[in-house]
Amino acid sequence: MTRNDKRPLSPHLQVYKLPITAYVSIGNRIAGVINSVALFILVLVIASAAGAPTDSSTMLWLLNSWLGKLAMFVFTFTLYFHMCNGIRHLFWDAGVGFEVETANKTAKVSIAVAGVLTLITWIIASAS
Amino acid sequence: MAEFRLPSNSIVTKGKHFPAPDGATNTRNVIVYRYDPDSGKNPRTDTFEVDMDTCGPMVLDAIIKIKTEMDSTLTFRRSCREGICGSCAMNIDGSNTLACTMAIADIEGDITIYPLPHQAVIKDLVSDLTNFYAQYASVEPWLKSDSPAPPDRERLQSPEDREKIDGAYECILCACCSTSCPSYWWNSDRYLGPAALLASYRWIADSRDDATGERLDDLEDPFKLYRCHTIMNCAQVCPKGLNPAKAIAETKKMLVQRRM
Repeated sequence: MTRNDKRPLSPHLQVYKLPITAYVSIGNRIAGVINSVALFILVLVIASAAGAPTDSSTMLWLLNSWLGKLAMFVFTFTLYFHMCNGIRHLFWDAGVGFEVETANKTAKVSIAVAGVLTLITWIIASAS
Repeated sequence: MAEFRLPSNSIVTKGKHFPAPDGATNTRNVIVYRYDPDSGKNPRTDTFEVDMDTCGPMVLDAIIKIKTEMDSTLTFRRSCREGICGSCAMNIDGSNTLACTMAIADIEGDITIYPLPHQAVIKDLVSDLTNFYAQYASVEPWLKSDSPAPPDRERLQSPEDREKIDGAYECILCACCSTSCPSYWWNSDRYLGPAALLASYRWIADSRDDATGERLDDLEDPFKLYRCHTIMNCAQVCPKGLNPAKAIAETKKMLVQRRM
């Protein structure tokens, strides 16, 4: 395509009102990135507990700090969110759930379910 | 790599204000993207106070009224005014749709009108759809058959087979879907986009077409088909209520099924 570069590019993200499915789609990607990083850190935690070079008491202190707890809370949510949307994608791969209303509904459900599972997990974790 | 910001020559500035005619009591602001290729200046948004008491119900009516009564240089495509030609596709109130089937009453607040997103702008609301049409042509949207047509009648199809192309043949090529798709924004040089892929599926699903294998071969590519990430913007905006995302998923399914 010969593109006339003098022509301006019309606004896109700047003006577009993205539907919920688009937010959940990009959110799922971001959650995937967070999960990758968090799983790497999880390996460090396990390694420190197994007596690897990192001192386990330092690691425990870090995890019990408010920053560590916040990070774990976020990770819990992104993990569940990514799982819920993974299930959504499995249905889509089977050709199910493409109606706009259904897709909007499952997008909301994926957020809600991830939130509820995160809370349940933390209630159980803090009770034990 | 996706470029999220606009190039410097595309940044939109604030333009002129066109006040309502004297005596108008029921007015609404229509904010329109303007670009004049002869001025050498950046695009701008002009605000028109349109008298709703003397304006038709649709956004297209307002745009035509602006061109007729307020600024005759306003440039846009339109033809049928009933949602069948696809000419007046544009970004209205933040979403792609046809100006002729979008009611002004369904929009809250100011009515913002931009050209179809992430396209080269020729003038005002007219964007360059050369690439879009080339992608449509690339899926070879015509019947390919190994057998000659019967001499005395058309090629027959059972009602069940005919039903398979419902929702695929009605596309009017307005480009609302493709230009709503973030994946298409970032990769329109290699990703075919929802409209072309729906057109491709229309022939893949047609029982009279014998080129299904070649059509699927052509789409088995990291970019042409698989840049669809089911963001669903296409189905959300289609003014004909079609579902390109589903057609793309069906195509992906057929690619998997033929391997088994």
